[in-house]
Amino acid sequence: MKKALLKFFQRIEPDKSKRLLHTGYEAFFTFAFVPDHVTKDGVHVRDGMDLKRLMTFVVISMQLCYLLGTYNIGHQHFVALGQYTGLFEGFHLKLSYGLVKLLPMWIVAHVVGLGIEFYFSAKRGHGVEEGYLVTGALIPLIMPPDLPLWILSFQSSLPLLSAKKAFGGTGMNVVNIALLARVFVFFAYPADISGDEVWVAGLTKAAEGGVADYGWFTLHVLNPLFDTFGWTGFNPAAAVVDGYTGATPLALAAKGGWDAVTQVYTPSQMFWGIIPGSVGETGKPFIILGALMLIATGVASWRIMVSMAMGMVFMGLVFNAWGFNPLMEVPWYYHFSMGSFLFAMAFMATDPVTAASTNRGKWIYGFFIGVVGMLVRVMNPAYPEGWMLAILFLNVFAPLIDYFVLQGNIKKRLKYVQQ
Amino acid sequence: MELFNIFLKSAFIENMVLSYFLGMCSFLAVSKSVKTAIGLGAAVIFVLALTIPINWVVSEMVLGPNGIFHTDLTFLRFILFIASIAASVQLVEMAVEKYSPALYNALGIFLPLITVNCAILGAALFMVAREYNFTESVVYGIGSGFGWALAIVAMAAIREKIRYSNIPAPLRGLGIAFILTGLMGLAFMSLMGINPATYFQQ
Repeated sequence: MKKALLKFFQRIEPDKSKRLLHTGYEAFFTFAFVPDHVTKDGVHVRDGMDLKRLMTFVVISMQLCYLLGTYNIGHQHFVALGQYTGLFEGFHLKLSYGLVKLLPMWIVAHVVGLGIEFYFSAKRGHGVEEGYLVTGALIPLIMPPDLPLWILSFQSSLPLLSAKKAFGGTGMNVVNIALLARVFVFFAYPADISGDEVWVAGLTKAAEGGVADYGWFTLHVLNPLFDTFGWTGFNPAAAVVDGYTGATPLALAAKGGWDAVTQVYTPSQMFWGIIPGSVGETGKPFIILGALMLIATGVASWRIMVSMAMGMVFMGLVFNAWGFNPLMEVPWYYHFSMGSFLFAMAFMATDPVTAASTNRGKWIYGFFIGVVGMLVRVMNPAYPEGWMLAILFLNVFAPLIDYFVLQGNIKKRLKYVQQ
Repeated sequence: MELFNIFLKSAFIENMVLSYFLGMCSFLAVSKSVKTAIGLGAAVIFVLALTIPINWVVSEMVLGPNGIFHTDLTFLRFILFIASIAASVQLVEMAVEKYSPALYNALGIFLPLITVNCAILGAALFMVAREYNFTESVVYGIGSGFGWALAIVAMAAIREKIRYSNIPAPLRGLGIAFILTGLMGLAFMSLMGINPATYFQQ
């Protein structure tokens, strides 16, 4: 069976002179089958862990975040409207609404990014690598659910071109592409990615006076479909309940400290991720499961995760002792449950390409991400959350950290040799 | 506390290279290896720490209305600033040549060119515009020099790392350095907007 398939594929393999076609063929071929290129002579490192497997593990570990993210988009939407406020009421509505929002984002991110990837690989004459699959899977997770798709396509393309393709493709980039994508949007279209308004999907305004804002697909395809099953449908006249704000816990904490947060959200809600926020960052247990899987398979470095948490706790304690304003007085252990710390720690900081690559360097790198991230989160009034920029900041300094660790090692060894 | 604040601001938050984009020519040209970058960075720290206080003295005691001539001579500011910068760079050059000939050869023309490094003159003019006093200007000089050195050393480490990357031919060398500078500037925007002073008021 497999042999017959292989034969068929070999027959349709395009000629090498048609570059774009050939690259595309090869990409799908190696994705579906394990290529049988084997090194012929000499000693090589033998490890089953190749680039493809590594990237696939990362994508798999994010799937739980996708699941919760999808459901949470719908749930937050209906909580704002005051309908189906119980977690599992209106299950089909919430799930389908989440899909309506998230699926186009996923498709756009992949079509645009992979299109560029294929085109460049063909032009430059090397195979398509799986690196973009991780970036493309990360991008929808770190965006607010209502982001316009044209911004999404812009930001999947420009960072990819300027920070990855310009540097020579997968494994050569200096900064994390998914993070850079978010940074680009953050500085170019701040109204679409920050503030209290953007974290709940499908409302004309995420405050009193807003009403539900459904698209054509929801009203004319999904509603009749649910009707035929006898299920409840979407109500386009629903209005946002009085006194509702779409503020995230961090925005509340910046104004009134931990008390202001607990007035709106319970700690267990924040732990399970039933709060407004970027799509994938809210569900803490699922992120932790993903992180454990990454550590178990050896894809992500536990050193970076542990040291990043240490840096954050350290700064949290410093701010607690300082206690200048309500945000500084938030106990350090609650900082874990607000914002995107865990997501950044599990999937962003541990990117093996952009992180420091020496072991001691990883400790330093992670610790300073924790420190800078807390500095930006607590002390910078311009940005509500700091991890995105903190990781970018340390990405830039990672080669320097490696350099000094290496030089230190060389000096130590030299001394040893001279004795 | 005020001095500490000035140091933090000049080194990180208002970094000479990455938020004002001053001193770019030597930043791009000498950042090919970390060792020479450290050398030039140290030279710039030294020159800034020396010239900013000297220029403070020049602008207050010589050019200002309360100076030795009792007239407003501020139109001479640029000439005198450049003169004092050139004199102190000459000093640095002689010292480097004496104590580290290897570094002197590696830096080449860019050592005397610190004279026309716009980060130095820019810092002197910022010092006048922000009305620092003498001790503040010392700290400001050291701080902005430190920020400049940090940026060039980080840049050099990245450029050493990407030396063997398969960069598209038109972008090799300066092209990729420009893109890198932009990315580093984005990273430094994380600190923009922090004002440490507001957290020390009672």
